[in-house]
Amino acid sequence: MTSLVHRARSTVPLISRIVAALVGGYALAALVSVAVLALPIGRPQAVLVGQLASFAVYAGAVIWVFAVRSAAKAWTGLVVVVLALLPLAWWGAR
Amino acid sequence: MTGRGVEVEDDPRGAGRGIRQSMSGLHTWAGLLLGWILYAMFLTGTVSYFKDELSQWMRPELPRLQQLPDQAVVAQRVADELGIIAPGASQWSLRLPDARNNSVYAFWLGATRGPGRRGFAEGHFDPATGHSVSSRDTLGGDFFYRFHFQFYYMPVLWGRLLAGVAAMFMLVAIVAGVITHKKIFVDFFTFRWGKGQRSWLDAHNALSVFGLPFHAMITYTGLVTLMALYMPWGERAAFKTPAERQQLAAELSAFLQPGKPSGQPVPLASVEAMVRQAQQRWGHDAIGRVNAVHPGDAAARVAVTRADASRVSMSPQSMEFDGTTGELLAVHDHVGAAAETRGVLYGLHLGRFSDTVMRWLYFLVSLMGTAMVGTGLVMWTVKRRQKLPDPHRPHIGFRLVERLNIATIAGLSVAMTGFLWANRLLPVALPARAGWEINAFFIVWAATLLHALLRPARSAWVEQLWGAAVLLGLLPILNALTTARPLWRSLADGDWVFAGVDLMCWALALLHAVLALRTARHGAGVRSSTQRSPTVALASGEGAR
Repeated sequence: MTSLVHRARSTVPLISRIVAALVGGYALAALVSVAVLALPIGRPQAVLVGQLASFAVYAGAVIWVFAVRSAAKAWTGLVVVVLALLPLAWWGAR
Repeated sequence: MTGRGVEVEDDPRGAGRGIRQSMSGLHTWAGLLLGWILYAMFLTGTVSYFKDELSQWMRPELPRLQQLPDQAVVAQRVADELGIIAPGASQWSLRLPDARNNSVYAFWLGATRGPGRRGFAEGHFDPATGHSVSSRDTLGGDFFYRFHFQFYYMPVLWGRLLAGVAAMFMLVAIVAGVITHKKIFVDFFTFRWGKGQRSWLDAHNALSVFGLPFHAMITYTGLVTLMALYMPWGERAAFKTPAERQQLAAELSAFLQPGKPSGQPVPLASVEAMVRQAQQRWGHDAIGRVNAVHPGDAAARVAVTRADASRVSMSPQSMEFDGTTGELLAVHDHVGAAAETRGVLYGLHLGRFSDTVMRWLYFLVSLMGTAMVGTGLVMWTVKRRQKLPDPHRPHIGFRLVERLNIATIAGLSVAMTGFLWANRLLPVALPARAGWEINAFFIVWAATLLHALLRPARSAWVEQLWGAAVLLGLLPILNALTTARPLWRSLADGDWVFAGVDLMCWALALLHAVLALRTARHGAGVRSSTQRSPTVALASGEGAR
């Protein structure tokens, strides 16, 4: 039983990080690609800027998730940036 | 260095470790998980820089273009032919011959849309006659090109998504690798031959660092080529109407929006005259494509687009004509800043702007990228072999990685060469011949996997590398026996497409023979080193640093 708990303790944070990197990172990149619509440039140009930048954002998010000390910290970081971007994305997508 | 790698493998959680250790773990796993797909994407992509030349070599019946024909005349010829073989097509597009293409490639949408492929058809045409090329049925170099980003035997969409995931893993692996590697330039000048794991690591580092700007560029721009597929959300949020969406489409491609046909038949105006106007604007041989919508209808439109060669950006430049009067309606030669950026990134990936020297540089650095992925894959097994409790009886995961490495790296060389053999050996009249060339590629590839699973690992490596060397070495001889264009004649005629492919085969045969010899010799060293205890091997690895 204790070995099972020990096992869970070591694998759950890793799985959490992998999910944060794959899913959270993509969600963040997608949100950035919508938030750039708030920029004061033409819509077709803004869409392309968002698409071009999204892969750098995704890669950066994955690096962040594995660079920080804990899985909890990784998630917190992602959520904070998402919350900051949400109003921009909402305003840009009007 | 060695110690760091081992710690990561023991403790992949990422908690309470330095950033280099977590990045090393990320680098290893991001690289390994899709490494085999990445290797195949890298190698087939590398070869694709010469896809037009390979396509010519794979259609030996079609004479080489001694002199480039007048593109305006050829356009009219093939447009007339399309009017005969695809009457009522709702749109067609043809790529005119240029310095690297001796045939005209065209695709068209039939008027009646059948199920599945929506009446889509394609073909190659002889610029001299306008008729369908009388050459063997083959996909040519386009097979490697398409496989490179959408694979085969699976829906195109899934293939492209898989390629995008692999490219994203590659991008992460590159960034994590750079962070891991603090002494990036010191290590570049450090190379230790014949030292087992150290040598693999040194080779991997040298290949990665030397080509780093290229690898980073090619990975990122690869994602850019299909970015609308991977990241569609901004587009969906921004545009509510088809008209708005069309504004974006115009920034990305020169294909005309079909619109509605009038139903009133009016013959197509002179395509030759339209191409002439474009030649006056962009240069005599600088025309890329001619696209038409509703040809033969009163609502016909024709767009003549500028070729990709001689300009880096792939942003569209086209002249739009009224299809019934031939009147110039609009010139599109300008796109927005973001679209131009995308056009340049796209162009950098495809390298179509490049002259011969530049294309060879692309090919060589890209080949080094392939070797970077290959050495990385091999290193995973080399590192772990030293940690195995009994190196002679490794666990199943290790064996699987090892065997997949053999079939992916050495086996792919055999399979790609097998594809070229099939091109020369399959009967010309075989039904669905182009498909059988491709099936041959996969049959050979599957055979190399089977061989890798059945043979001892080192023997499998050596045998498959020799197999590739022999197949490559004999290919010019097969070419001489089965076509009228043997190497000596190509050299005498100055036909550098045929001579180039033949000579390249020998160069690659030599490369594979050297690798086979080194692997055979190195294998003897592995046996003695495995007799040392893993701790000793690790300690000596540390000592080397």
